[in-house]
Amino acid sequence: MFGATVNLPMNLAYCFIGAAVGTLIGVLPGLGPLATIAMLLPVTYALPPLGGLIMLAGIYYGAQYGGSTTAILVNLPGETSSVVTCIDGYQMARKGRAGVALTTAALASFFAGCVGILLLAAFAVPLTQVAFQFGPAEYFSLMVLGMIGAVVLASGSQVKAIAMICLGLLGGLVGTDVNTGVSRYAFDIPELSDGIGFVAVAMGVFGFAEVIINLEQKEHREVFTSKVASMFPSKDDFRRMIAPILRGTVLGSILGILPGGGASLASFGAYSLEKKINKNKAEFGKGAIEGVAAPESANNAAAQTSFIPLLTLGIPPNAVMALMVGAMTIHNIQPGPQVMNSNPTLFWGLIVSMWFGNLMLVILNLPLIGVWVKLLTVPYRFLYPSILVFCCIGVYTVSNHSFDALMTAAFGLAGYVFQKLGCEAAPLLLGFVLGPMMEENFRRTLLLSRGEFSVFVSRPLSLGLLLAAAALVVAVALPSIKSRREEAFQEK
Amino acid sequence: MRIRNQQDFWAGVMFVGFGAFFSGFGTQYAFGTAARMGPAYFPIVLGLTLIFLGIIISIGAMAVTARNEKVARFSWSTLLLILGPVVLFGLLINTLGLILCLLMLIAVSSYASHEFTWKATLANALVLIALCLFVFVYALKLQFPLWPAFIGP
Repeated sequence: MFGATVNLPMNLAYCFIGAAVGTLIGVLPGLGPLATIAMLLPVTYALPPLGGLIMLAGIYYGAQYGGSTTAILVNLPGETSSVVTCIDGYQMARKGRAGVALTTAALASFFAGCVGILLLAAFAVPLTQVAFQFGPAEYFSLMVLGMIGAVVLASGSQVKAIAMICLGLLGGLVGTDVNTGVSRYAFDIPELSDGIGFVAVAMGVFGFAEVIINLEQKEHREVFTSKVASMFPSKDDFRRMIAPILRGTVLGSILGILPGGGASLASFGAYSLEKKINKNKAEFGKGAIEGVAAPESANNAAAQTSFIPLLTLGIPPNAVMALMVGAMTIHNIQPGPQVMNSNPTLFWGLIVSMWFGNLMLVILNLPLIGVWVKLLTVPYRFLYPSILVFCCIGVYTVSNHSFDALMTAAFGLAGYVFQKLGCEAAPLLLGFVLGPMMEENFRRTLLLSRGEFSVFVSRPLSLGLLLAAAALVVAVALPSIKSRREEAFQEK
Repeated sequence: MRIRNQQDFWAGVMFVGFGAFFSGFGTQYAFGTAARMGPAYFPIVLGLTLIFLGIIISIGAMAVTARNEKVARFSWSTLLLILGPVVLFGLLINTLGLILCLLMLIAVSSYASHEFTWKATLANALVLIALCLFVFVYALKLQFPLWPAFIGP
């Protein structure tokens, strides 16, 4: 079925590796899916395209499972998407209910993951049909919407986030112009005429810069070493978790599809929603099982549904998906609606693998919880050299040139400066990936309209997308939402 | 006028700098018209937008309502100890080979930690090198020079 059976054992193995690595980095604070996927991108060179994508996808959703373990046991978010799980999860652990909290998180994630995958499979075909109606004007407007979404997501100043997107777009333009063959901003450096390496940007900004920042903060970690006693939630627990899981799944699925959305936003949203409407809201913050179930289901649902825009429209909705675009281009696959027709094995194989991956994660996370807890005690000084090693080997594999190592180091420095100046790097990466696509669609639109800019608002689909983007801008600027947004990010 | 938000002010300056760089060098290429854009059209428009945004950010940082925010000190030694070996790795891998380069990378970068000890670093290096040889050379069969060129393959 679905062609995924062509080399099923190998693909299951890649899926397992991805899920295990994802759990690992999810458990370890200070190492996120962005950095890890950037690090392992070059490794996927050696794998077949489907295998590589299966593994990278596994890392992303695996991290959502693993992040909750750290949040519950150590009160430290393993991932940004688990920040809110800390609040009630850790309180449950202090009451001796760590096992119950972990089981709840895993079950909530699994249920939400299954729903997310079903949505992905159900929406893929109709959305690709829509995508074929898209002209260059629509694609351009869709990308504008995506970028505005990314700005809303950025926690700091929105103007700075827009500036970072512009900078990313400009960086993406370096290299040979496809329309005229002119080499732009390459300054006679032959390596630059192919453009700045995507891997160099991602690794430098997310890998190296993070390591340097982490080393500056002399953290000390307290592992919550209570015995993980009873794993099984009581009947009452089950009754209480059902509604929050359902609501979390719905909210997470929606926020995952939206451009700029993603796992972190989903878990924040689900927690605040639950805090408002749940009948046990008085217990929130004191170890309510709902406070674990809702955000954990939401972040995993969003992790699955954020693949929808990538696979059907070819537009990455967040920075992790931007990396997936990079992975696909490495294997000469142009992401977009044509993937489903030209490469159905890849398309459906990836989706089927995600379900297997979610199943494996429940097994990895519940019976094997002790292993991951042990890993938490590994000090950072052993950890970061391995990050550097993987990055260096990765960069070398890409080109065998010393130039790429220099570029990566330069982007490491840039990422460090960005952090010091309070500029978020995720919008930069999104802009970097979208830069060439956006320019091409912009040029083609205006070529077809003979230079009339009004074409963007005279085509209904394009107008709708631009209006949605404008609505987002207005919504964020409204005073009431603005203060709420700041509040939400303060909890971080 | 006092710069209240130092972070934003310097971020704005940085954006103006990048914007000026891209739009300035963009003038070397053909601009074209809206209907037939040259290679310079999109980058110059974006570069000018970036300059504009940078100015807004910098001016906003001097407003009376701006938050007081300082730029945290740069720890140059950490930067050098992490990025230095990465550059060296890229420059030396083809002459020194993977194993010595990894040893150099791990030893130098470990020194950046405030909990550095030689013993632990060596142990870590041995484990990591063995892991890399297994994963990349044995399992994934990537092509690396393992030892310095004058010793052997």
